Amino acid sequence: MNTAWRFAWRNIWRNKRRTVLTMCAIGFGAALIVFSVGLQLGQYDLMISGSTRIFQGLIQVQKRGYLNDARMRNTIPDAQSLAKKIRHETAINDIAVRANGFALVSSKERTYGVAVIGVETQYESYVSIIPGLIKSGRYLSADNANEMVIGRSLAKNLKVKLGDELTILGSGRDGSIAAAVLPVTGVFESGSRELDRSMIQIPIKTFQETFSMQTHAHAIVLYHQNSALLEPIKSQLDGILMPMNENLVAVGWDQIQPGIKESIELDYSSGWFIYIILIAIITFSIMNTFLMSVLERTREFGIMLALGFKPLNIGKLVMMEALILTVFALTIGTLIGISVNYYFLINGLTFEGMEEIAAQYNMPATITPQISLESSLLGPVTILVFTLVAALYPALKIRKLKPVEAMRHL
Amino acid sequence: MINSIRLIFALSWRNLWRNKRRTLIILFAIILGVWAMIVTAAFMRGMVFQMLEDTVDNLAGHVQIHHPQYLDDPVIDNSFNPQSAAVSKLLQDPRIALSSTRIRLAAVIVSERESSGITMLGIDPAQESKVSFIGRSVVEGRFLDSTSDNGIVIGKALADKLQTRLGKRIVLMSQDINNEIADRGFRIVGIFDAPLDPTEKSFIFIAKDNAEKMLGLKNKASEIVLRLHNTDMVNSLVNDYAQFDKNIDVMSWLKAEPYLEMMIELMDSSMFIWYLIVFLAMAFGIINTLLMAVFERTREFGLFQALGQKPGFILFQVWLEAVLMIIVGLVIGNILSWLSVLATGDGIDVSVFARGMEMLNMSNIIPFVITFDDLIVANLTVAILGMLTGLYPAWRASRLVPAHAITRI
Repeated sequence: MNTAWRFAWRNIWRNKRRTVLTMCAIGFGAALIVFSVGLQLGQYDLMISGSTRIFQGLIQVQKRGYLNDARMRNTIPDAQSLAKKIRHETAINDIAVRANGFALVSSKERTYGVAVIGVETQYESYVSIIPGLIKSGRYLSADNANEMVIGRSLAKNLKVKLGDELTILGSGRDGSIAAAVLPVTGVFESGSRELDRSMIQIPIKTFQETFSMQTHAHAIVLYHQNSALLEPIKSQLDGILMPMNENLVAVGWDQIQPGIKESIELDYSSGWFIYIILIAIITFSIMNTFLMSVLERTREFGIMLALGFKPLNIGKLVMMEALILTVFALTIGTLIGISVNYYFLINGLTFEGMEEIAAQYNMPATITPQISLESSLLGPVTILVFTLVAALYPALKIRKLKPVEAMRHL
Repeated sequence: MINSIRLIFALSWRNLWRNKRRTLIILFAIILGVWAMIVTAAFMRGMVFQMLEDTVDNLAGHVQIHHPQYLDDPVIDNSFNPQSAAVSKLLQDPRIALSSTRIRLAAVIVSERESSGITMLGIDPAQESKVSFIGRSVVEGRFLDSTSDNGIVIGKALADKLQTRLGKRIVLMSQDINNEIADRGFRIVGIFDAPLDPTEKSFIFIAKDNAEKMLGLKNKASEIVLRLHNTDMVNSLVNDYAQFDKNIDVMSWLKAEPYLEMMIELMDSSMFIWYLIVFLAMAFGIINTLLMAVFERTREFGLFQALGQKPGFILFQVWLEAVLMIIVGLVIGNILSWLSVLATGDGIDVSVFARGMEMLNMSNIIPFVITFDDLIVANLTVAILGMLTGLYPAWRASRLVPAHAITRI
């Protein structure tokens, strides 16, 4: 066995230039794909954390049907005690209860329709960055306090400052009129134009009182920074929820914001469409090399056959050569790709115009590539499969060789 | 001279086909590369083209006129007089094909069961139906028929959300000119269907006179959108009227979509990088194949030289093999990509990613758009770089020493 590998290794270096050129093609492909897959995956991480970290959380517990039909009436009963129970049973502390409503909010001069969010003041900062983004004043103090925080653009549009009172007018859970007058205690700036312009937050108990919700709420929001844990946490939650109340479900960020998930899928599949074409082009050129290296050795193979080698053994030899050459080149290419990724991981990658495009997804303007098994190996392994299939063709040709004719071949 | 060129052509062409399989394999690689270049470019162009079309169609128009503060703070106070001398003069510009004057403000719509925040558009139905999608998007009932029509037209998704339907009454609330909350009841006379859900959910249409009555406005508008005869005129028109009148702001619709503007700017360079990458992937194969073709003919080249052929002749002959191969690849690649674009017809359906497309403000059919410029750049990239690549094996062939070459097996 050992001899065979050594044989194969020497054979590939019989024509140095050709081997190096072939390796360059494979290595170039590997490095390029490792780099761009790393970049894509890194970008997706940013998109996902951008969409979960700001406000929506990784998972939300909701009443079944609330996701598609966010009606006031679709509520979770005794939400705060349920949240407490989930915190206890999952040992995850980053969980907070929210109630969502819609109301007209008026200052002396202006009126806007906004989303009103009732939050658990003590826990909200664990699941959302908004409590940490208060630019003036302070965040909500207690679950039953009479106060509100509003977005910066909304404050500007309403022409209000800290301490000014705003009137909230909407309809409650039972269809009654919901009205409250609350002072502004804080102004936040999240960076998301949408949130800054159209959201106010008030304490959960104040919300429940105003909107006739008793102890109900609309969502229990859970945040975890590792989005890969989505499924395990979700099934754990389902395990807790099912025996208690079969009308409650855990929904992941990918269901809450399907747009983000699908634009990631769209980008990833169009990326792979391009990579496969690239790999196919490279494979064609490699196939030529393999084919030539077999054809030019017809005489030699003839002699080997005459000496008693089986065609299968020679075919194996050819496949081994292909394997060594490809793996060698892939290793170098992959290492180059990972190093480039590592460089940009440390230094960040940005280009002109990145800012505008990133803003569309609530992302920072620098991308950091992801270095993971998927980003580092998926591309090279695909190339390996393609090249080995390409090498199969010349290897199989050997079976047709007739020793005597082959030896006469020039 | 002509004879010797014909000789070289014949020699190169025949040499190319001496090993059919090898040439065909590398030709496949070139064709695939050229096809991928052109089709990807056409797809990207089509995507941006569709985004632009959708945006223009989706209320933005080509040029927008606002009160200078309206975009920062779209409230009733920031409206302007659409019949002022300045505006009237602007609207006379021959480059303008169509225009629509709108009252466009935030409002709340309340049905018997639910309420929702929306943007209300008080419009002149005759003008508006030509400028934006709404004229051909009403799927149930009818569109508004005059500036004093008492009906309201809402989107399908909004109707579902409000649990209401055609013929029902809804109440619209917004802030009037005195900063009081004004409300008015309307009967739903039409339901529209838009490619994007958010459009259906966030816009409602009422007649201009009713909007004016409800809000206490007189001779005021929030915006005028213009459609020009030709998209290329947008920048010149906007520049001409940039400092025209201090009460109005004239803006290209692209300014409202910095994301789109950037996409367009980045497109040319990213496409060129893509071409280079594809070419590099092909180049290794081309060089390798030609080098092999040269080395297996070492004896032959040696003989040529011994018989008095100049190295330049050999160089040109081998180089021509590369060029012929690339030209054949280009021609077939172009034809194939043209055929595959034809085969997709109106475009490809990406509705699997519907909600992802929605995030990009795009509908689900992406047309392929082949532009002349893209074709030229793709073909020139391959041709020029390919010819340069072919020089290396040709140079190797011409540098053989005859005496050594002949004796080699």
